[in-house]
Order: sequence, then structure tokens, then C-alpha cells
Amino acid sequence: MELILSLGIGVLTGSGVWLLLRPRTFQVIVGLSLLSYAVNLFIFSTGGLRTGAEPILEGGRAGNLAMHADPVPQALVLTAIVIGFATTALFLVLLLAARGLTGTDHVDGKEKSR
Amino acid sequence: MTGWMDHLTIAPIVLPMLAGAVMMLIDERQRTLKAVIGMASALALLVLAVLAMTVADQGAAGVRVYRLGDWPANFGIVLVLDRFAALMLVLTGILGVAALLFSLPRWQKAGAHFHSLFQFQLMGLNGAFLTGDLFNLFVFFEIMLAASYGLALHGSGLARVRAGLHYIAINLSASLLFLIGVSMIYGISGTLNMADLAGRVAGLAAEDRGLLEAGAAILGVAFLIKAGMWPLGFWLPNTYSTLGAASAAIVSILSKVGVYAVLRLWLLVFGDGAGASSGFGGNVLLVGGLLTIGFGSIAVLATQSMARLAGASVLVSSGTLLAAIGAGQLSVTGGALFYLSSSVLAVAGFFLVVELVERGRAVGADVLAVTREAYGEGDDEDSDDGGAGVAIPATMAILGIGFMSSALLLAGLPPLSGFLAKFAILSPLLAAGPDVPVTTWVLMAALVLSGLATVVAMTRAGIDAFWASPSDEAPRVRVAEIAPVLLLLALNVALTVQAGPAMRYMEDTARSLHAPRDYTGAVKAVARTPGTTGGTQ
Repeated sequence: MELILSLGIGVLTGSGVWLLLRPRTFQVIVGLSLLSYAVNLFIFSTGGLRTGAEPILEGGRAGNLAMHADPVPQALVLTAIVIGFATTALFLVLLLAARGLTGTDHVDGKEKSR
Repeated sequence: MTGWMDHLTIAPIVLPMLAGAVMMLIDERQRTLKAVIGMASALALLVLAVLAMTVADQGAAGVRVYRLGDWPANFGIVLVLDRFAALMLVLTGILGVAALLFSLPRWQKAGAHFHSLFQFQLMGLNGAFLTGDLFNLFVFFEIMLAASYGLALHGSGLARVRAGLHYIAINLSASLLFLIGVSMIYGISGTLNMADLAGRVAGLAAEDRGLLEAGAAILGVAFLIKAGMWPLGFWLPNTYSTLGAASAAIVSILSKVGVYAVLRLWLLVFGDGAGASSGFGGNVLLVGGLLTIGFGSIAVLATQSMARLAGASVLVSSGTLLAAIGAGQLSVTGGALFYLSSSVLAVAGFFLVVELVERGRAVGADVLAVTREAYGEGDDEDSDDGGAGVAIPATMAILGIGFMSSALLLAGLPPLSGFLAKFAILSPLLAAGPDVPVTTWVLMAALVLSGLATVVAMTRAGIDAFWASPSDEAPRVRVAEIAPVLLLLALNVALTVQAGPAMRYMEDTARSLHAPRDYTGAVKAVARTPGTTGGTQ
């Protein structure tokens, strides 16, 4: 499971970085989204990877991370998803505004002269 | 809860949030009402910040810890008010009042929801300064950035959208780095509380140490992008020069938020108590700061427009601060804090002055310059100079004084606080001992040369704006626009006159930053005693 998760994070990050460095605004925004998926998975993985762990403490048992899943990374990832979603939406609006104002979807607002 | 004073710590966050939220509901046409609410909130914030400063300036008892939701500090999020946080709150409060006052005649009309965005900006800034939790710091960074995106685009226009696109893309990437750093630190240390983290670093196993340092370094990159350190700061002059003046004045403190986070976390986590990790990354800050000063000085010399000059001088001040922090000496940090206060006020004032001066010239100056170049007409000037015998109008004189004072402050020349600040950084470095290390000489040369570059560039821009091409009519400047400039300058003068008490406060702040026993002690004391609430005992 560790291998699959790390490969997944790696592939998402690699694709995200490559797209982020592309000259078209749409590629940049897709790249940022992929990167944020990778980061979210990474945050999630810091709690440790286990299957079948209890989500919350059961009655009568002592609080111990060996017994249940670490709730903090889950809370963090939820916050990160919400914030990432909002900022991506804002970026999308700006992207459209830039397209309308400059007439091109190049990130610098003008085509590179060849 | 024992009284209202216990809530002082959270009030600077809640107040602008409520004001901003209420103004979202008010119709955009009721601008006067919005302006009144916004201004009342900004003034109240300033009062609260000054109050917080007096509370924080009480030694060990001054560190106030506020537990959100009354959870113990290890499980819940705490807000911590200490001298450093209070200093930044006061600076934010001053900039808030000045920038909002400046925006009233003109900028608030340039687009929708200016006042709400402005309040959310203040909320994000105050929250970032007050929080004692790493992930909460991320949340407040995002609030601050989201509002700054809105303010950066306020007024729209091609240049702003183009620069804003880069600004947002870079900051979104920086936020992702922030998250990676925070989660790595959590994965290794098992805590997000800054004070708790500081206690755990020394006891880490040797094989975990590298990973924690890597996480901290990634986190540091995110902060240094905000601060505009050399290879990470290319976006800064571009973005800042396209901002509207009122936005620029408040957004200019964002680069100092990066510096704040570096200073706070670095000294807390990698201070003297960190065992093998103590002083981790100090050389990076020092060298990076020096390179930033160099890059900023070249940018200052190379710029043509005044707005870009202001943006480049932000880089110089960031570099100076980072290099001074990287020196890692207690007495130097005190000087750096004084420099921070002085430069925050000076840069904000300079952004406002630039906008007023450019306003007078923007109408015809650029076109005229192009025409002159195209036709090579030089002798036309004589016929134009018919009215030159008239005395310089009062507005131009006031603007000239504002410009000159800003130049003196930013370059660090004698009469004003800029000089005292640079002196306070340099003198303890040289007083350290008989053999002064090479880096100190480099830092000294960099500080002096960056001052020279600023003087050269400012003189050139000033001659161009005030003497070489006097416009026939002075720019229409309203009292509400010149008042904030004069307010910021007056505060710098006050900082100069009252340099003794101010420096005493800065040195106390530096001392508590370098030996954060009070800070960690206060947070842990609250963590241990369930049932009690609010401030420390």
C-alpha cells in the first residue's frame, strides 16, 4: 500500500509540476489542481497507513494511536481541500478575466514572438 | 472567563471578520455607510493593538494565551499574544487606518467589495501574527492571501490582471509547499503547536532529525517566497508596482509577514534549546538576505517608474531584515525589529506618495516624453517655461517633502529613523569583538551600498518628477489623501525622537524571541491546567 500511495503522489506531483511550467493558463490551473491532490494525499499519509483502524475511540479503552486512526491529518486534509478549492475557483475567474482582457491564454498575457 | 481583557487576544481577529461580513450584506451603493463601518473597525483595531502592546510589555506575565474552544493547548488551537505579535499588530493597525483613509476619496470606488476585502485582509494579518499553531498559521495565511488577491486586482485593468495571474499562481504553489512542510513536521514531531514543537525538537531521534529539518526547510521556502528572498522574489516588484496605492500600502506588510514567520519559528524551533538542530539554516538566511539586498539594489537602480522603485525597495528592506536575522545575534535582532517598524511605515508611505505624484504626471508626461523622443524636440521646453516663475504650488511642496522624507528613510540617511535602524543593526555586529568575521563586513558593505543605490535612484526619480518636468497644474490632492502620508511620516519622526523607549521595547522583544522560555512556558502552563481559561496566571 505504501508503494502504491507513494507512486500515486509522485506521478501526480510530476505531472503537476510539468503542467505548472507550461505557457497556457489552463495547463497551469490543471497543474495546480494535480499538485494539490498530491499534497492532500501526502498530508493524509502522515497519519500512518493502516486499514481497518477505528475512526474514533471505543468506550472503555485507553486512548492510544495504535488503536485508532490519527484524526489530525484527516482534519488538516479537509481544511486544505476546502481552501484549495476556493483558491482554484478564484484563479479560474482571473484566468477568464485575463483571457478576455488580453485575447490570449498565454500566462504572460501575450504570445511569445518567434 | 474573568473579564473582557481576556478576550483582548482574539478581538483583533473577530472585529474585522464581523465588520467585513456585515459589509458584504450592505448594498454597494451605500458607500458612506461602508466607509464609516470600515473606518470605525480600523480605528478600533489600532486601539486594540496599542492596548495589546501595553499588556504584552509586562515581562513574563505579558505573554497571554487564549485557548480557542477551551481545549488544552496540545489538542486545541491557541492564540498567543507576546511582544513581537503586539508590535506587528500595532504596525498593521497603523497601516490599516492610513491605507483606508487614503482610499476614501478615490480608491474605494474603483471596484466592488473593497471595504470587505480590506477588513478580511486585516483579519488575516492579525490572525497570522497571533496564532500559536502551525496549521492555523496556514489558514490565516490563506485568508490574508485570498483578500490580497482581491485587493491586488482591485481596480482591474490589463496590467493588474496580468501581474495578478503570476502573483496568484506563485502564492498557490507556495501554499502547497507550506502544507507539505507542515505535514512533514507533524508526521515527525506529532504536534502542530509551535511551543510544544520547540520543546520536542531537542529530544528527536537522530534519524528523524533530517526529515524534520527538511520539513522546516520546505516551510521556510514558503515563507521566503512571501518575503521575496532572492531567487524566490522575482514576482514582487512586478506585482507591487501594479497595485493601487491604497492596496499597495496594506499589502506591502505581507512581505513582512514572511519575515515575521521566519523570525518567530526559526528562533523558537531552531534556537539555542534545539540540541543538534540549533541554528539550522542560519547561513541560508544570511547569504540569501545579502543576495536579496544585492538584487534589490540593482532593481532599484534599474527601474524607470516610481512604482517599481517602491516595489524594489521592498526587496531591499526584506533582504536587510533576513540578513540581520541570519546573523543570529540577540542585539542585532533588536536592531532588525527597529528596522522592520521603520521600513514598514516608510514603504507604505512611499507607495502613497508615489501614487499622488504620478497622478499629476500620468495625464500627459508619458505621451510628452514619447513625442519628444520621436521628434527630437528639445527647444520647445523654453516656450513652455513661461509660467515657471510662479512658485511651486503648495501641494507639490508637500508632496516633495513626503517624497524626500521617504527617500531619506528608505536609504537610511541621518535625520530620520531609517538611519537609526541601520545603525542599530550594524553597531552590535562591529562591537562583537576584535576579530570581525567576513560576513559582517559584507553585510555592512551591502547595507551601505544599498543605501547609496536607493539615494541615486530616488534622486533621479525625484528630479524627474519635481524639477525637470513641472506640470502646469499640480495634481488634485485631497486632505484625506495627504493626511495618511503625513501620518506615516510623523510616526517615523516620533520613532526617531523616541528612539530610546522604542529600542528598549525592541530589545526586550529580541530577548524574549531568543530565549522563548516565557512563550513556551505560558503555553504549557495553560496546557496543564484544564478548567481555567483565558490569559495566563
